[in-house]
Amino acid sequence: MSATADEGIQVSSPDGHATVPAPTLERTHCLELLHGMLRIRRFEERAAELYSLAKIRGFLHLYVGEEAVAVGVMRALMPDDAVVATYREHGQALARGLPPGSLMAEMFGKANGCSRGRGGSMHFFDVSRRFYGGYAIVGGGLPIAVGLALADRMQGRKRVSACFFGDGAVAEGEFHESLNLAALWQVPVLFLCENNLYAMGTPIEQELAQTDIRRRAESYGIAAEAVDGMDVLAVEAAARRAAEDVRSSVAPRFLEFRTYRFRAHSMADPDLYRTKGEIERWKERDPIALFTARLRAAELLTDDDLDRLEAEVAVELDEAVAIAEAGPWEPVEDLTTDVYTPAGA
Amino acid sequence: MAEFVMPALGADMNAGTLLQWLKQPGDVVSRGEIVAVVHTDKADVEVEVFTTGVIEELLVQPGTEVPVGTVLAMIRENGAPAGPAAPPQAAEEPAPPAAAAPTAADAARPHVIISPSARHLAEELGLDPASITGSGPGGRIQRKDVEVAAAARTPRVREPELRAEPAPKPEPVAEPKIAGPPAAAPTPAPTPPTSRPVVPSAADERSAAMRRAIAASMSRSKREIPHFYLGQTIDMSNAIAWLAQENQRRPVTERLLHGVLLVKAVALALREVPELNAVWDGDELVRRDDINVGVAISLRGGGLVAPCIHTTDQLSLDELMHSFRDLVSRARSWSLRSSEMSDPTITVTSLGERGVESVFGVIFPPQVAIVGFGNMVERPWISEGQVLACPVVSASLSADHRVTDGHRASAFLAAVDRLLQEPDEL
Amino acid sequence: MSTVTLTYREAVRAGLRHALATDDRAFIMGEDVGGYGGAFAVSLGLLEEFGPERIRNTPLSESGFVGAGIGAALAGMRPIVEVMTVNFSMLALDQVVNNAATLRYMSGGQMSVPLVVRMATGGGRQLAAQHAHSLEGWYAHVPGIKSLSPATVEDARGMVLAALEDPDPVFIFEHATLYPLEAELDEEPSAVDIAHAIVRRQGSDVTLVTYGGSLGKCLDAAGELAADGIDAEVIDLRTLRPLDLDTILTSLAKTHRIVIVDEGWKTGGLAGEISAQVMERGFDLLDWPVQRVCSAEVPIPYAKHLEDAALPSAEAVVAVVKEMVI
Repeated sequence: MSATADEGIQVSSPDGHATVPAPTLERTHCLELLHGMLRIRRFEERAAELYSLAKIRGFLHLYVGEEAVAVGVMRALMPDDAVVATYREHGQALARGLPPGSLMAEMFGKANGCSRGRGGSMHFFDVSRRFYGGYAIVGGGLPIAVGLALADRMQGRKRVSACFFGDGAVAEGEFHESLNLAALWQVPVLFLCENNLYAMGTPIEQELAQTDIRRRAESYGIAAEAVDGMDVLAVEAAARRAAEDVRSSVAPRFLEFRTYRFRAHSMADPDLYRTKGEIERWKERDPIALFTARLRAAELLTDDDLDRLEAEVAVELDEAVAIAEAGPWEPVEDLTTDVYTPAGA
Repeated sequence: MAEFVMPALGADMNAGTLLQWLKQPGDVVSRGEIVAVVHTDKADVEVEVFTTGVIEELLVQPGTEVPVGTVLAMIRENGAPAGPAAPPQAAEEPAPPAAAAPTAADAARPHVIISPSARHLAEELGLDPASITGSGPGGRIQRKDVEVAAAARTPRVREPELRAEPAPKPEPVAEPKIAGPPAAAPTPAPTPPTSRPVVPSAADERSAAMRRAIAASMSRSKREIPHFYLGQTIDMSNAIAWLAQENQRRPVTERLLHGVLLVKAVALALREVPELNAVWDGDELVRRDDINVGVAISLRGGGLVAPCIHTTDQLSLDELMHSFRDLVSRARSWSLRSSEMSDPTITVTSLGERGVESVFGVIFPPQVAIVGFGNMVERPWISEGQVLACPVVSASLSADHRVTDGHRASAFLAAVDRLLQEPDEL
Repeated sequence: MSTVTLTYREAVRAGLRHALATDDRAFIMGEDVGGYGGAFAVSLGLLEEFGPERIRNTPLSESGFVGAGIGAALAGMRPIVEVMTVNFSMLALDQVVNNAATLRYMSGGQMSVPLVVRMATGGGRQLAAQHAHSLEGWYAHVPGIKSLSPATVEDARGMVLAALEDPDPVFIFEHATLYPLEAELDEEPSAVDIAHAIVRRQGSDVTLVTYGGSLGKCLDAAGELAADGIDAEVIDLRTLRPLDLDTILTSLAKTHRIVIVDEGWKTGGLAGEISAQVMERGFDLLDWPVQRVCSAEVPIPYAKHLEDAALPSAEAVVAVVKEMVI
């Protein structure tokens, strides 16, 4: 694989075979991808720190190591597509464009949070960006994504409903019901499985009788592809192909991203079910490090670029924390508002 | 050993329900002391013992209905001094059965089981729940029990429209004028609603029991007693003038109401016409020695009782006033005595404060007469050829024609009139 | 205004047809709603009229299609999901309780879920324990959703339309024994008020509060009691959440005695909730403790005499009232 600074980078699949040629990537584009991943990485690191300072409470599920998936996929979606995510959603929310300040504030529980402080880390919502949560029940978002897509189909809209979930969700009944419905009704859902090999503390081979998850999708008649989730370019390419397919043929598609989380399931997880060795091996495929190396090798990235990106991210993050710190608490008197829609609303 | 029996608390009482023992075995009691509360179909009444001694044994449990005359308790007459009863010597009592052992709480106020709605109704009607028998499970007092208790306090109806016979001497109808001090039965303002939300009383809808009691009494009175009526307008100027002078000399709390003059006059008049101070026992007239004038007292929230003041004719006006005040307060807190309920020989009813000029009441069996006084009003009066404004009150007598006639009845009213002209002799 | 005689099931159908005909966003989704015409024949004929996209047969995936209903509602549709019976609805409870009920609140008011879910409910047809549940109390327990119980033909039709007008999730429980009930209605369907209970029979001695399949039993009981001189007032709750306590208290102020007749199990049920509310706000009106007539604490049995004994009955209501009043 070789490239020049002007040509960008050619993409190939992880096992080295040539794939359908993807669009040539440019420096600007690459820097945006890198920036996107860095934002998430630094945001998550800061969140971990704030959690230990008890600024963020409840459960905190961090995306460190999986950044390439969210960033790559979001590049493939249009603003009027829908996104359904899980409780491990910070990466998707940031990549979708939800302001980091509103996400931080939400995790602080402040009224200027994206969910008015009502949801916290696991329940980000932003209707203006068609970001529909944020679900704490594993598999809980899949039927909703099917419904969003069903509405588009019935109303003749060519939009994608992108649905993120993990390998653990594949065991849940709702996974099967949702894939079956999506295939039966041919609704435009893009199923995105982030297979990080663990359902909380249970490794995949103890979780699924059939660990080749894309085969599960195929068994429902849904075209599926496995993708190296640590390679942001591969993710983007696959996502673009699949999203375009969903949009044009108004049918579901399935992508399985093989990825890994470098941190524990949540801040409360002692992470005793993995070996340090395994984690270190996966860290050698850190998506940010991998991409940075690639870009340097292709001379698309300099140290100055990196410093600048880091500095930009740091500033943005500091601002986000300041927004969260300064945010107001929702008045307790408003506790019972918006359980139901007010009359006339 | 003396017996304490279920007393007759009215001529038509056949049975009573022992509600509550106020004394326990071992307690020293003296004659006249209240030892129990008994429920009749007219009222809950405190009952006194007529023996001095020590309660030996209680034979009837609270909640039990027994015929009049049933032995309720045994009292060991021990020649103890007839002074005020010694306080119960709790330390000396032999270990009583747990059920009978009085505790401080019991002595203070027994826990009454009453439904919330019934409690509210009792409050409205001015009834003490402790005095009501409950017919619900575990003796729980329910609304209907409160209504029955309230009806029992209303043996006669005082409403003018129940007057069956027309007034024999109709007075000229004039606008009622408020003149002179208020009439005999001062009615304090009804208590304001409690802090609980105001509950609409369903007494009107649920007054069947009350009406039955009233209907029965009224019907019986009218059915059996051939009523006739006399009326007299009495010049009260002397009485009022004398009263004003008297009251000037007295502190406010000692002041007399004109009503006591009326009651005293009635009592003294009965000395002159003694056959009206009697009861009819079904076959014959039984004259009474004591003149015990029953005074109709209206209760908050409706209802009427007519307990008597014993030996009314022998009491001074002051004593009469005190007795009257005491009766009113005890009537309203529901602590009248059995003898007060059973001993009236005549009743006086006054509707003066209601503003009506005259009332012709229905006789309370087994009495043979009832005296009615209306509102004191200013009327034109001819005195020595002059027309004057004069305070007058209309006095009426409803009498039993089996035992008296117009001639004797007129003598009575004339005596009342005459007596009221000499108020310092009352 | 011309009238038409309809059965309860025809009335529901009329409501559904009117909804689909007047609102393009409305569609029906559920098991066997299409060619089969619905397990209770409610959607008979609708497939022919509106086509398979809008009369959408689903596989046996309660969680999947209730959740899809939520998603479709979020994206601007007006789905009317039919869960065949409340017995199967438990498979979808996660979507109901964790999503439908929470999304508005949890998003800080950004979205509402205008979803309608209809289910048949109740026992009395010898279908045994797994097909005889009355779980309305569970649904009424959850803030964020509304629960309706049409007991009359008029409500069967009108509540569908009222539910569709509501921007929040509305659950309609149709007691399966009511489907053949017949009545005369105005020909033109219209939404009914879903904020109030209705007094179906005036009375002065005792208040009977009930809903759904037990309304008929309470009216029967009232008839029997009348013969004994006891005048019962019967209130049809109609809406289980939010509860119209005011109508109940107005009645209690008259009668001072109340019996709640609820086909759910007594323990932890809706009748207990109503009893608590009555005690809290109507304490001084009570001349007798609140009584409840509910299903026996058993899985509903198959044999008829056992099932009859397990479910609330007019006889049971009469017996309870007589203890209170006499």
